[in-house]
Amino acid sequence: MSWKEELTKKAVDAQNKPAKFGEDIDISRFKKETSDVSQVASMNRVADDIAENARSVGINPDEDNRSGTFFQLDHSVILACQKKEMEGVEVLSTTQAINQYDWLKDYYWKAAAVDADKYTSMTELHQNSGYFIRARSGARITMPIQACLFIGTQGLVQSVHNIIIAEEGSELHVIAGCTTHPSVSSGMHIGVSEFYVKKGATVTFTMIHGWAEDVDVRPRTGAIVEEGGTFISNYICFKPVRSIQMYPTASCVGKDARVRFHTLIYGSKNSLFDTGSRVFLQAEGSRAEMTARVIAADSSRIISRGHLIGEVSESKGHLECRGLLLSDKASIHAIPEIEGKASGCDLSHEAAVGKIQQAQLCYLMSRGLNEDEATALIVRGFLDPEIPGLPEHLKYEIKHTIEMTSEKVM
Amino acid sequence: MSLLEIKNLHVEIEGKKVLNGLNLTIEQGEVHVIMGPNGSGKSTLTMSILGYPGYNITDGTITFARDNISSGTELNTMPIYERARLGISIAYQTPPEIRGVKLRDIIRIAGSHPLWNPHDEPEENVATPLLKKVGLNPEQFRDRDIGVGFSGGERKRAEIAQVFAAMPKLMILDEPDSGVDIDSLKTIAIDLGEYIKEHSCACLIITHYRHILPYLKPDIAHVMCGGKIMKSGNPFEIFTRIEEKGYCEYLGLCPPGIRDEIERGMEL
Repeated sequence: MSWKEELTKKAVDAQNKPAKFGEDIDISRFKKETSDVSQVASMNRVADDIAENARSVGINPDEDNRSGTFFQLDHSVILACQKKEMEGVEVLSTTQAINQYDWLKDYYWKAAAVDADKYTSMTELHQNSGYFIRARSGARITMPIQACLFIGTQGLVQSVHNIIIAEEGSELHVIAGCTTHPSVSSGMHIGVSEFYVKKGATVTFTMIHGWAEDVDVRPRTGAIVEEGGTFISNYICFKPVRSIQMYPTASCVGKDARVRFHTLIYGSKNSLFDTGSRVFLQAEGSRAEMTARVIAADSSRIISRGHLIGEVSESKGHLECRGLLLSDKASIHAIPEIEGKASGCDLSHEAAVGKIQQAQLCYLMSRGLNEDEATALIVRGFLDPEIPGLPEHLKYEIKHTIEMTSEKVM
Repeated sequence: MSLLEIKNLHVEIEGKKVLNGLNLTIEQGEVHVIMGPNGSGKSTLTMSILGYPGYNITDGTITFARDNISSGTELNTMPIYERARLGISIAYQTPPEIRGVKLRDIIRIAGSHPLWNPHDEPEENVATPLLKKVGLNPEQFRDRDIGVGFSGGERKRAEIAQVFAAMPKLMILDEPDSGVDIDSLKTIAIDLGEYIKEHSCACLIITHYRHILPYLKPDIAHVMCGGKIMKSGNPFEIFTRIEEKGYCEYLGLCPPGIRDEIERGMEL
């Protein structure tokens, strides 16, 4: 059996396997097929209504301050390119990368399991491309690559497989924006993402979700971080959605590997979030930090998980979740877990969930803000992205995106 | 028309009577000191003037006039922020911490300026001079979250910067001298004194101590007890007598029951 056939067999066996967390979605109620869309030469050839929506999830239609762009509309990769002057970085569709690089089989489904659940299985059996981004050894790609996964067909299930490789000593920043066309109200997105951060490499990955209100989302993310490597993952979702369940997992396999997960969620309407992050500290000197800031408004429900596993001594991790409830019908359930398996691992967590304090509101009101203005200021302050370890321009870029998104939503 | 006129004010908190027919009139530019034992209703008075929810006015009125020409506006049911916009500003004794909300922005809000946007205003120029004025290094404090990690003195200065930004008609200083070292106290008091004089701003100071009074030159002091003003007069004379005798003996006429409250040191 070829490696591909083996994967197919495993995937078939897991076709009906429900995920450990989150509502079990009946994938068959979504459309699998849709018409193809032809490729474009650059982002400015993308239709205005699509480009505008992409902008709201951090995709810059002018491609300014970006090293490259990947754009997938439904199942069609309409753009995958890097700027000419950007040496050492490569942006391809995963389908093309697999055809082009035989060695990719050593990465394909190595950081995430193909038989984890029906969603990973679906992705293998009905793969609709996804992106492949690679920074070659020593390349410092300081401007981010942008990748957009866009659903343009009502009721479609989109399942993509993304692979990001930062080779030894390289630096790579990715902004991934996922959204739907205004005409789409329901659909499903499954995104498998595998990250390989090699020795001394740095990857920052900022994922911004802005779905329609009746979309189900099941990202499946795995990262392997080698010696001295750094993986920083930011997740931002401020728009209502039907459900999102994800539990990205990183493994620090090399000495002094570092992982940081940062989550910002504003849940509104009837949104259901079950999100978290998990880090295995498997090598001496490895460090992990996970922070979540979640706000639940209207009737939204948020489960905020976290799991830190210290498998060796001289490893250190901290897990933090702060939740803010803006409505009596909303709920936040923080489930932090820490698991020490070796003496000398240093693990901690803190979680706090509550309402906006009356004293804070009154304080701001006594400076002249009305109640809504005061609430908005506190909410924005709560979501202020103090993400250490990001380059200054990227920090600005993310802040700007958050401000833009929050202005529209809050 | 007087700036602030409080007539026969009765206030309840959760059904419990705290103010029992308080009368107080403050004219433009006057400086008043309020003192009194713990539980006498000083804080309730300030919260009622500011309009905090939960302080229910069951009888009496609070009126405020922006200048001596216009007639007074009744504040009784006016929301907090409208009172602030009318020209009432407070320096809190213990302001809350608010993560993610920057000191520069709350100073700007107090002065009715929009939040700082580096694109329209490369060099922040509203909060920066005010922070300097109150002795906080703008480089260090502009971007700090409100109250987070502030020392006692820094907290007071940050409060006063907000009051200055508001350019109020009436400032309320709630124990501006608690938790502050003597040197800081002096500089804060000098700043306040200059401001009051320069802007002929009326001032209501809640305090237990006399240290800052020489800088603020109060016109009158009031002693509260049992939710009323029991005595008013020359601030320095009153302080001297209270320091000699304590509240109980000074007031002498404490009705039965109130004395017990004083001794229990009940904080409301």
